[in-house]
Amino acid sequence: MEDGIVLAMRGICKSFPGVKALNNVDFTLRKGEIHALMGENGAGKSTLIKVLTGVYEKDAGSIEIEGCPGEAHIHSPQQAQNIGISTVYQEITLCPNLTVAENMFIGRTSDRLVHWKDYEKRATEILDNLGIPARAKQELSRCSLAVQQMVAIARAVDMNCKVLILDEPTSSLDDKEVAMLFQLMRDLRGRGVGIVFVTHFLEQVYEVSDRITVLRNGELVGEYTVKDLPQVELVAKMIGKSLDDLAELEQFQKGKGAQDEVVYEAEELSSSECRPFDFKIRRGEVNGFTGLLGSGRSESVRAIFGADQVTGGKVKINGKTVRVSNPHEAMKNGIGYLPEDRKRDGIIADLSVRENIILALQTIRGMNHPIPRAKAEAFADEYIKALDIKTASQDTPIKSLSGGNQQKVILARWLLTHPQYLILDEPTRGIDVGTKLEIQKLVLRLAEEGMSVTFISSEIEEMLRTCSRLIVMRDRNIVGELTGDELTQAQVMKTIAGGEE
Amino acid sequence: MSGKNGNNRLRAREPLTDTQLLMYISVGIFVVMYAAAALTLKGGFLKPQMIFDLLNDNAALIIISCALTIVMIGGGINISVGGVIGLTVMSCALFLNNNHIESSALSILVTLLLALGIGLGFGLLQGFLVAHLEIQPFIVTLAGMFLARGLTTILSVNPVKVAHEGFQELVKTKLKISWLGYTAQNGNLIPAKIEIGAIVAVAVVIVMFLILRYTRLGRNVYAVGGNRQSALMLGINVKSTVFWSYVISGLLSGLAGFVFLMHKPAGNASVAMRSEMDAIASSIIGGTLLTGGVGNVIGTFFGSMILATIQKIIALSPLNASWWQEMASGAMLSFFILLQSLVLMRKNRSKRKAKQKAAAKTAEEKPSGTGGGTA
Repeated sequence: MEDGIVLAMRGICKSFPGVKALNNVDFTLRKGEIHALMGENGAGKSTLIKVLTGVYEKDAGSIEIEGCPGEAHIHSPQQAQNIGISTVYQEITLCPNLTVAENMFIGRTSDRLVHWKDYEKRATEILDNLGIPARAKQELSRCSLAVQQMVAIARAVDMNCKVLILDEPTSSLDDKEVAMLFQLMRDLRGRGVGIVFVTHFLEQVYEVSDRITVLRNGELVGEYTVKDLPQVELVAKMIGKSLDDLAELEQFQKGKGAQDEVVYEAEELSSSECRPFDFKIRRGEVNGFTGLLGSGRSESVRAIFGADQVTGGKVKINGKTVRVSNPHEAMKNGIGYLPEDRKRDGIIADLSVRENIILALQTIRGMNHPIPRAKAEAFADEYIKALDIKTASQDTPIKSLSGGNQQKVILARWLLTHPQYLILDEPTRGIDVGTKLEIQKLVLRLAEEGMSVTFISSEIEEMLRTCSRLIVMRDRNIVGELTGDELTQAQVMKTIAGGEE
Repeated sequence: MSGKNGNNRLRAREPLTDTQLLMYISVGIFVVMYAAAALTLKGGFLKPQMIFDLLNDNAALIIISCALTIVMIGGGINISVGGVIGLTVMSCALFLNNNHIESSALSILVTLLLALGIGLGFGLLQGFLVAHLEIQPFIVTLAGMFLARGLTTILSVNPVKVAHEGFQELVKTKLKISWLGYTAQNGNLIPAKIEIGAIVAVAVVIVMFLILRYTRLGRNVYAVGGNRQSALMLGINVKSTVFWSYVISGLLSGLAGFVFLMHKPAGNASVAMRSEMDAIASSIIGGTLLTGGVGNVIGTFFGSMILATIQKIIALSPLNASWWQEMASGAMLSFFILLQSLVLMRKNRSKRKAKQKAAAKTAEEKPSGTGGGTA
């Protein structure tokens, strides 16, 4: 192995039934560098990390670690730790009910007795040494999340790790905490630790990293030094479109139905998951929220629907100030929301297609006004026909339908309530191309009929085809709004990447 | 520099942990309740013998409460403890009456081993099912309880009185401490009497405290109860930790059976009926969280003593009726659950507040982008 390299992964392949999660991926980590691992959802970042930490067994390829002669065989997280690979995950993997010191040492010795004094003394030394603002005897749950994360890092560092993997360490931290974490990362880099940094936040990558490896669809796109890869090119590489061959997409029917009247308006709306933002939508308008995963696009629409705890802001519907602090109030005010995670938040798997369709309407009517059976059947028939839902009968449990048809049932559920404003969060994820187009057409038709729609999709082309206005988010802030001629893929990507041209 | 600084930081007083806080509350309530009883009811609460009676009468309860505390800290439950006491008591009574071992001492020793063996057997089986086959501990130990009760009835439907002379001697053996005694009305000095079972129970509490505080197994139990997934990632052998916690729990149940027999030397199909519920209540009142990760056996000890005191107070008061006792115990339990959730809520709230404050601050520093509305 070359000098200065602590970790070399070569030709890593990993398949799951039906998916090639990693195809011939190389990854090289040098001593004392912070190396960002980038890619959109499904790019293979987590699979690569899991292969490296022994959670998954690789199908092919080799891993070499400095100080281990020959190939390293890693079969368990335990083994990975023993040869110097430590991982700190997004969610804290420490025990909240134990002290800081104990969290740093538990599970590491084969000693049958616990030497508290010894633990506390050593922990204090390490905490002081790394400048972590925690006390050894403090109960972990009394520390802030950032400090907990740092304790996890301290534990990893004390185990003499050569490779430190930080998997989305900043996603639940605020700016100040992120700065503290970065200081620690730079400090560790100075001590020669190789750090793999996985994150969705582009600005953070440029703030702290030395090198970037980009993955897409399980394949290696390339390894770059930070200064050679401007943000906009990084986004292009992650999404997989080069800026040159972006053809203008046909603009059919788009924006026809938009009227002047504002249907929904929010000022300084914020929730437990998102920062305050302003937003309005007009009757018959289709708009979109775009940004990379984790940029806050879903959190924003969840705040509009009251799906997360709303913490502030003023909402006006049709010019009248109303309170929308939970989904029920949102529904009563004519807002519908098709959630991002169909399986978890959308379908009720064991109920029939009919029952799934009438669910939202029933909720609005209240428990004491059940929808008569005959009416429910009529509704179900109407929408099964209108949306061309392929199901054996309306009594079929929804779980036996294909993903696309399940999604249509959920759509039907909301259309039945005749909302004036419908939010669709990733309605086309995981469904076949034909149905995707149908849903896009349906959105445009609904808008023509006067419904306001917010459409979110990871596929930018899809949004360009349907939306007449795109709100661009980055790192949980709205960073731009594109309309008319600005609605080109190039412009969207530039805005996502931020500032630089 | 770092050494000096470090020493200061080590010496700095930490705020109480949840475990300590809930334990102190339990100790405080016991003291208040006992003092109130001593002041209002003259029934002997001022004599040290009262404390010893509470211990003598509740030794088995204290031991099975410890048996529950260790599995509850690990995030599990064991409701077979009462059943195991019943089975142990019946088996030991039958064995003492029917064996042909000449030496009395040897016979008693074998009986003790039998009691521990039964407990160990239940512990091993239940530990295996819970830890390695990952079956819900509630189901496993519910089945264990039915099994133990069923076996007890198979052994004998009728009550079995221990006729073994050596054992009867053992039952009568009491530690007498004269300076803690009192002078009876006729002028005789009556020394304080402590049964062997009470001493065993206190020893169990101390040993269990040391195990939970100073051994790797004990700390691993806390870690597993605090967050099972994290414990796994921290390199703890979760399965083995859970397994051994049930083995200890089972072993203690067997020991409790033997202690029970030393207090009331007779087997009966309904011995220690429902005592698992009292043990769960003791653990909870003593500050063990049903969700795991928090609690200790000192608190549990005082939890048992609180229940025992309630029982005594009601027995001595004009309200002498079992439903009053149950209602008082129930009220106490509800009070503690309420207290626990308040403590945890307060803690979570202060954390969330701090977080929101921080978020608001960053929002101020960084106004949210270019804004959203269509102008």
